[in-house]
Amino acid sequence: MLRFIVRRLLQAVIALFVLSVLLFAWLRSLPGGVVSALLGERGTPENAARLRAQLGLDDPLPVQYWRFLQRALQGDFGVSNGVYRGEPALDVFVQRFPATLELSLFALALALVLAIPLGYVAARRRGGMLDTGSVIFSLVGVAVPVFFLAYVLKYLFAVRWGLLPPSGRQSVGIDATHITNLYVLDGILTREWDAAWDALKHLILPAIALSSIPFAIIFRITRAAVIDVMDEDYVRTARAKGLTSSVIRVRHIMRNALIPVVTIVGLQVGALLGGAVLTEKVFAFQGIGQALAIGFERRDYPVLQVLIMFAALIYIVVNLAVDVAYALIDPRVRTK
Amino acid sequence: MTDRPGTSTYPSGEGEPLLSVRDLTVTFGRGAKAFRAVDAVSFDVRPGQTVGLVGESGCGKSVTSLAIMRLLPSRGNAVTGSVHFDGEDLLTLSDTQMRDRRGRDVAMIFQDPLSSLNPVVPLGVQVAEVLERHRGMNRGDAGRRAAELLDKVGIPDPTRRLKEYPHQLSGGMRQRALIAMALACEPRLLIADEPTTALDVTIQAQILALLKELVQESGTSLIMITHDLGVVAGLCDEVNVLYGGRIVERARRHDLFARPRHPYTGGLLASIPRLTEGKGRRLTPVPGSVADNIPWEGGCAFAPRCSSEIEVCRERTPELVPDHEGLGPDRLLRCHNPLESNPLDDAPSDEEVRA
Ligand SMILES: Nc1ncnc2c1ncn2[C@@H]1O[C@H](COP(=O)(O)OP(=O)(O)OP(=O)(O)O)[C@@H](O)[C@H]1O
Ligand code: SF4
Ligand SMILES: [Mg+2]
Repeated sequence: MLRFIVRRLLQAVIALFVLSVLLFAWLRSLPGGVVSALLGERGTPENAARLRAQLGLDDPLPVQYWRFLQRALQGDFGVSNGVYRGEPALDVFVQRFPATLELSLFALALALVLAIPLGYVAARRRGGMLDTGSVIFSLVGVAVPVFFLAYVLKYLFAVRWGLLPPSGRQSVGIDATHITNLYVLDGILTREWDAAWDALKHLILPAIALSSIPFAIIFRITRAAVIDVMDEDYVRTARAKGLTSSVIRVRHIMRNALIPVVTIVGLQVGALLGGAVLTEKVFAFQGIGQALAIGFERRDYPVLQVLIMFAALIYIVVNLAVDVAYALIDPRVRTK
Repeated sequence: MTDRPGTSTYPSGEGEPLLSVRDLTVTFGRGAKAFRAVDAVSFDVRPGQTVGLVGESGCGKSVTSLAIMRLLPSRGNAVTGSVHFDGEDLLTLSDTQMRDRRGRDVAMIFQDPLSSLNPVVPLGVQVAEVLERHRGMNRGDAGRRAAELLDKVGIPDPTRRLKEYPHQLSGGMRQRALIAMALACEPRLLIADEPTTALDVTIQAQILALLKELVQESGTSLIMITHDLGVVAGLCDEVNVLYGGRIVERARRHDLFARPRHPYTGGLLASIPRLTEGKGRRLTPVPGSVADNIPWEGGCAFAPRCSSEIEVCRERTPELVPDHEGLGPDRLLRCHNPLESNPLDDAPSDEEVRA
């Protein structure tokens, strides 16, 4: 098990290295470039040349990359040249990551809590009304673009009916203490219930929008897995033992059916991060998704580099965690 | 009943039957597509008795046993007839009542020990859960009892095995574990559906010996399902031969081996390998396959494969009637033109087959 984790970590380091090279080369090949972004109106050729030399942009790419890598390993990813001008790029990530984490966790929890029981019930009543209905619903869930769903939710529930706040993470008037920067959790820890409630209300719409695709996929995987497992011989054995339906459901059906679900949850982290870019933009939710969108508009390379590298790191770490979880629930993997 | 050599352990006709199956019929599908996998099957199992259900693949053995246990899929089939167990018709019990009987009064073991065990639950839990369910034991007591049970079915180092998972055991050990689960609550009837088919030949013999020992020791009745008359030879008191969902011949084991009457039984006997034979002899399987079945309506379903076929066979369905040829008590036969002598001149005695 330990060797397995170490091997996976080494793979992760290599993957991150390759990614950083590609990312570096790609960002610098984009038209426009950092110099014109920085200079804006004052972009005379002389100014531009001076700035290029100053930033070391005339050196060959490998030299530039080597310089970047040396600094990066010391935690210096350069300074933002976009809207966060002057701020270290790493700080932009650190400050905004909790918002995205909170949103993603909430969206994932929402998807799991709804999709797994529904998937089970739909499988047990295969072909029934509830099954057909939820299958169609889940197809719609995958097909509707996230940003469209986000706009519709925002328009209906925030703008039109005014039930929930349309944007941001917390209302301006709220004076909240922040410990973890996960606002709902902070509100609970400090017992500032109105702050927690306010943060939660801000989370609901973006989380629903963000959870639509993971919900639909987890629902379908659960349903298919339960249908498969129900026909397994060991479920028949369990019934032949006269076990109660709750023991059969939990111990014999779900414990097996959840194995493919765990795998798919790991893969969904990528979809969540991608969806966060769109959702955060629509709801002006100050997370890394929003920073990423703005970074692209402003060609804020240092910030983009940090955000993408860390998003990749998170993805790799989550998938490693999923593999470990997989080995924990499936003894056949563990003892191989 | 008459004293017959070799049948002294046969608990014949004494006492009420523990299980009494009457006209059990299982139909899959409806209307024009309706297909009777089991067709008016009737038989009794007395306390302590071992009854065999024998026939080729597809003749309805598993469906019969699943219908008795009420484990057929909840949709797509119709079950009629009655299955009286200890005076109660299992087919009319509520789901909850039936659940209480399963695993406690009637238990079952299946053909494929690997797929019949839950791959992600430790063996110990899979044994203990039956005890928790029917004996109301707590985890600790059930675990200790589970270790005793594994020990009893011949699994070495049971305490360590309790924590292991099915894939860590050999095929024979898995089947032993399934037997331990089935016998955990000392059921009065055990149904074994081809319990050795998936195992190596040497392991098969061990598992059969174990089953025999356990049912004899505890007085459990056993329904032994198999396609292999060799298995029957060592175990069963009485044998029902099934063809196309119907019983075609019933006899006590010894009588069946000495004088098979149905041509199908004769064919099955001829296909048993025997150790006393020279290695050169080719086995003679029953020609054709179940795919050649014709419906029972208006004739004998076995006719296309039968070497004794006469004209009437394709005209009238043979009935299952008592066979009065003085070839043993309680014989039933469904055939217009039964065998007059054993098809094998060198007919093996059942002792030989068992060797
Ligand atoms: N769920 C089902 N739906 C439709 N037909 C079925 C179903 N289960 C079994 N059958 C059919 O019923 C017949 C009897 O099947 P059964 O499983 O009882 O055979 P078997 O004697 O146990 O054979 P085997 O030796 O292969 O286990 C077969 O023709 C089979 O195709
Ligand atoms: S009834 Fe006729 S066809 Fe059928 S088994 Fe007997 S002899 Fe053969
Ligand atoms: Mg079968």
